Amino acid sequence: MKDFDWKPLALVPLLALLVLPFIGSASTWVTLTVAGLAMGMIVFVIASGLTLVFGLMDILNFGHGVFIALGAFVATSVLGSMADYTASASLWTNLMAVFPAMLVAMLVAGAVGLAFERFIVRPVYGNHLKQILITMGGMIIGEELIKVIWGPLQIPLPLPEGMRGALLLGDAAVEKYRLLAVIIGLAVFGALLWVLTRTKIGLLIRAGVQDREMVEALGYRIRTLFVGVFVAGSALAGLGGVMWGLYQQNVVPQMGGQVNVLIFIVLIIGGLGSTSGALIGALLVGLMANYTGFLVPKAALFSNIALMMAVLLWRPQGIYGAGR
Amino acid sequence: MSDHLLTLEGVHTHIGAYHILHGVDLAVPRGQLTMLLGRNGAGKTTTLRTIMGLWRASAGRIVFDGQDITRLDTQRVARLGVAYVPENMGIFADLTVKENMLLAARQARTAAQMDSQRLQWIFRLFPAVEKFWLHPAGKLSGGQKQMLAVARAIVEPRQLLIVDEPSKGLAPAIINNMIDAFAQMKASGVTILLVEQNINFARRLGDTVAVMDNGIVIHAGTMQALAEDEALQRSLLGLAI
Repeated sequence: MKDFDWKPLALVPLLALLVLPFIGSASTWVTLTVAGLAMGMIVFVIASGLTLVFGLMDILNFGHGVFIALGAFVATSVLGSMADYTASASLWTNLMAVFPAMLVAMLVAGAVGLAFERFIVRPVYGNHLKQILITMGGMIIGEELIKVIWGPLQIPLPLPEGMRGALLLGDAAVEKYRLLAVIIGLAVFGALLWVLTRTKIGLLIRAGVQDREMVEALGYRIRTLFVGVFVAGSALAGLGGVMWGLYQQNVVPQMGGQVNVLIFIVLIIGGLGSTSGALIGALLVGLMANYTGFLVPKAALFSNIALMMAVLLWRPQGIYGAGR
Repeated sequence: MSDHLLTLEGVHTHIGAYHILHGVDLAVPRGQLTMLLGRNGAGKTTTLRTIMGLWRASAGRIVFDGQDITRLDTQRVARLGVAYVPENMGIFADLTVKENMLLAARQARTAAQMDSQRLQWIFRLFPAVEKFWLHPAGKLSGGQKQMLAVARAIVEPRQLLIVDEPSKGLAPAIINNMIDAFAQMKASGVTILLVEQNINFARRLGDTVAVMDNGIVIHAGTMQALAEDEALQRSLLGLAI
C-alpha cells in the first residue's frame, strides 16, 4: 500500500472543509455533507460498472443510462406488489421488500445487458465513434421499450414508510434513506475492491485493463471476461437505478439520460477504468451538487463541470488515470 | 511422434493492406533451441504473432505437436502449451511481480497454490523475481522486467517457449545472465523458439537456426554450420559472427 497515491483521497474532506465557512451553520453543513455523500455513493454504484467496462473493453457505452432507468422501473413494479411490506413502519420489514426489488432489478438489468453487449456493442468493438452512436441509439430504443411496458408518464417511487424521516444529530437532520444509501454504496465498493484485489477474476480484469492481448496469450478467453464485466456493470447500474429512483422518489423513462451526464463527469474526474477514482469522483460530484444547490442554486450543473475542469488541469488523465 | 514440435508450411500473413509473410516454411525440432534471425522488418515478429494467433495466417498451415493450429484463437494456442514473451515483454505494470506470476499460473487460484518447487527453480534462474516479489512490476528495471516476462512464461511447464528479442536493450552483464538462464531452460527439455538480433546471444544458445528476409525463410540449418561458414554469414546477415 506504500505505493498507493493517497493525495486524491484528501480532495473529499478538503472540499467539505472549504465550504464550511460559506455555509455558516455547522448543522446545515452536516446535513448537506451527508446528503452529498449519499448522492455520491448512488452515483458511484451506477458509475462503477461503466468504468470497468471502459477500462477493460475500451467501450464508450453511452447507453449505460438505460440500465439505470430499467432498474428503477422494475423496482416500481416489485415494490408496488409488496405494498404490505413498504407500508410497515418497521425498517426491517421495508428492507424485506427493498432488497428483493434491488435483486430483481439487478437480474433484469444484467440480462438486458447481456443482450445489449451481444447485439449492440459487439459489432462495434474497436470503433469509438460507432460505439457512441450505436449505444446512444440503443438507449433511445430502451427508453421507448420502457414507455411501452410502463407508460410514458412519471411513476412515483415513494420511500417505504420506515425509511422516511430523518435522524437528528444535534441540530443536524440526516435523512434515514441517505444513510442507507451510504451503507449500500460502501458495501458495493468493498465488494468490488475485494473481487478486484483478492480474486483471480479480479486479477484478470485488472490485467485486461492494461493489456488485453497478453491476457489472451496467457491462455484466458478475454471475450468471456468482457461479457461478464458488461453484465456485472449493467446489473450495478440497475441497482443504482433503484437507489436513484428511491432518492428522487419518482421515475421517468428519460432518467437514464439525465444521470448519464453525471456519470461521465465522475468517470472523467476519477480516471477512466479506475474504481477508486470513480468513488472519489462520485463523492466530489455529490458534495459539489449539494453545496452549490444550497449556496448558488443556479450554478448547480456548472459547478460539477468546473470541478471536472479543475481536476483535469491538475491531472489531465483524471485523478487515478492510467495515462492511456 | 514427429521430430518437430512446430512446423510452418507456406504461411502468408497480411496486416491490413500489407502482405508481410510471403510463404514462411519453418521447422522447430523438439527439445532444441531454434534461433530466428534476420534484419529489421524481415518478418520475425510477425511470424511469432502468427503462430500465437494474434495475427491470422491468410494462407498456409501451422502445426503444433501434430495439431493444426492455423485457425485457433490465441488463448487456445496458449492452452495447448505454448508460452509467449512478446518484444514489449507484456508485463502488467500495475500488478505486483507475484500477481504477474499468478496470472500465468493457470492451475493456481492463489499464490500458495503455485508449484513451490518450480518457483524455487525460477528464483534461482532469476533472483530478481524473488527479490521484488511484492513490488509493482512497473517499477522494475528493463532487465528485471525481461526476467519477469520469461519467468512468467515458464511458471508452469510448457511444451514450447516463444521469446521475441529477450536481449533487446539489456546491459551486457544481464544478457549473460539471460543466456545462462536459457541454457538451463534448454537443459530442462523445453523447446524454445527465439527471435534475436544479438548475434553473440544467438551463437551461444542456438541449436538450429532459420534466417528470414522479406517475409520468407531464406536459410535453415544448424547454428554450428552457420557459425563455421563466414561466407554464408555475410551473404545471409551482412556480417560475420
